[in-house]
Amino acid sequence: MQKRTEKIKEIAKRLLEEKKVDLVLGHRKGSIVLKNAPYFAYTPQEADRLIWDGNCRNNPANFLIPYKDNRVAIVAQGCVSRNVVGLISENQVKRENLYIIGVPCLGMLSPEKVAAASPGNITEIKEDNEKVVITTNGSSVTQAREALIRDNCTQCTHRNPVLYDELVAETVKEQDIPDRYAYLSEIEKLSPEERAGYIDNVFKNCIRCYACRDACPICYCPECFVDKFSPQWCGKSIDSTDVLSYHLIRAFHTAGRCTECGACEDACPMGIKVRMITSKPEKDVKENYEGYEAWLSLEAKPPLLTFKLDDPQPFIK
Amino acid sequence: MKYNILNKTKVDQFLEEVGKKCAVWGPKKDADQVAFDSIKDAKEMHLDGYMNTSMSPKNLFFPQSETMLYFNKSGEDANIYREVEKKPAAKAVFGIRPCDGAAFALLDKIFKNDQYTDTYWFEKRDAATLIGLGCNNPCSTCFCTSVNSHPFDEKGLDVLASDLGDRYLLKILTDKGAKLLDGVTSLDDAKDADISGQEALSKKASDSITARLSQDRIKEKSVLELYNADCWSRIQESCLNCGTCTFVCPTCHCFDIQDELFRDGGVRIRNWDSCMSWLFTIHATGHNPRPSRKERVRQRFMHKFKYIPVKRDGDIGCVGCGRCVNLCPVNIDIREVVQEMNASK
Repeated sequence: MQKRTEKIKEIAKRLLEEKKVDLVLGHRKGSIVLKNAPYFAYTPQEADRLIWDGNCRNNPANFLIPYKDNRVAIVAQGCVSRNVVGLISENQVKRENLYIIGVPCLGMLSPEKVAAASPGNITEIKEDNEKVVITTNGSSVTQAREALIRDNCTQCTHRNPVLYDELVAETVKEQDIPDRYAYLSEIEKLSPEERAGYIDNVFKNCIRCYACRDACPICYCPECFVDKFSPQWCGKSIDSTDVLSYHLIRAFHTAGRCTECGACEDACPMGIKVRMITSKPEKDVKENYEGYEAWLSLEAKPPLLTFKLDDPQPFIK
Repeated sequence: MKYNILNKTKVDQFLEEVGKKCAVWGPKKDADQVAFDSIKDAKEMHLDGYMNTSMSPKNLFFPQSETMLYFNKSGEDANIYREVEKKPAAKAVFGIRPCDGAAFALLDKIFKNDQYTDTYWFEKRDAATLIGLGCNNPCSTCFCTSVNSHPFDEKGLDVLASDLGDRYLLKILTDKGAKLLDGVTSLDDAKDADISGQEALSKKASDSITARLSQDRIKEKSVLELYNADCWSRIQESCLNCGTCTFVCPTCHCFDIQDELFRDGGVRIRNWDSCMSWLFTIHATGHNPRPSRKERVRQRFMHKFKYIPVKRDGDIGCVGCGRCVNLCPVNIDIREVVQEMNASK
């Protein structure tokens, strides 16, 4: 971890000193334990604040579009690099304006799992590639890193950046996961009524702050459908119909585009497992379109952005 | 000032007695969320390890979505908006933290002025008796002592309970509080040692809060100087403009009124709104006076630390509960922002 941080700083300083980029987009240590913040380094001095550890759960690709005319270096592990590929493929940013500092990733910590493993109020977290030491008032426990990483990271099969200009460490071994959507199978078995009940329950605490949307690098519409007001498309209350309209329509819009970066779940102030519905369309795309996974290369054609005359069209009667 | 002792072995009996007068509410834990809810049995209350509710308790009096008017499309009064009948049941709420009590006291002033009283707030507020619970162990993100409040602040509460280990010291603060406790037999008399014990706890708690937010220069500077300060361009960089900070905040009180139509009628409802959204200020013409992230981020902090203090004689629009510090997805820490405002050129 420390080596990755040092290397990121070194590359960032060099790029800024040589004026190859206008800014470096990465992470800095946060003001509270288990939380880092997105960071924008404009000078070599500022680059000293860049960090890499298990709390870099924000997705820096989410901040690229406002800087599309700048030369930006971005710190990107597997999922973030895929989002960068997505933004390039969808013509939101230009490859030539970007310098991708690739980070082979070991997964981000789950604050919930860390809290559950902790005997008290956490005062400090120390981690290396294998272990996490959780310190509380007066005591500390050591846990295997693997046991404390987020669900999406345990299911991740693309830890290494798919597109980069420079890597900060040796690539890591990709996880071999026979069925990475196993967690969906229980829900898929439910009857439509039971499934509706399940989904209602997932979102029952939603306060419609839209943090999931706003933290998501593929949710970049200048005007989201829930914000349309002339005419208004979606009710504004916390009535479950409107709450679910928001989440379900958003989930459909992420089909074949979501990289499972987990930024939505990390941003949610209510601890909602947003991925329990965004994973399903992603799985469907993978199953129905020859194993397609979002944004693994600049060349792959995204199935939902492609039209073929010989596509099966049984729905046209 | 009248004090009582509630022995922890008598909490069941106490709740039963109070429950005969009105509904009893307290902090309840559901999965990971702690929220105020009605309590039938003392065991339902989440007091062991209770720090505070995940969301602020403002929804007790200011629900996120609230129906104000309704109409039917048929019948005698077809297509005429009628007021929703407002008769909230009396309730006693146990365990309100002093920061949130202070927030209620501020909102009482905001929801009432010389021209208008927000009946939607006060009908529920007046029907509730609040038994606050002092904070023996403030969280690491608490900064109430920097914003005119305190771990044992009494503002906005009717009774303040202090946890003395095996018993609570109850300090009656208002007539409403006295009425609630009047004739309750499960209470004992307080001794001088209980009161001095509470004072020591209160001092220890406030000393344990290390955050010290200087605001001297915020006070000195004019609104425009702060508005045009250089700090905002960096503070706003990482803001997602989501509504988390405003929705979890005990003092954020903006709402948006919407008409919703159904097959047989319709309702007029008010929903929490958030100054973080571009939609909050968009005009019908398409012009938006807060067109970018910067204006929206600036608004929230200026409102709390400059506009409210200027307008309300030094009151601060923040009570230091620390919820936004904990829950902001990108770690925009209001304590750091205030320091940057104070130091800004």
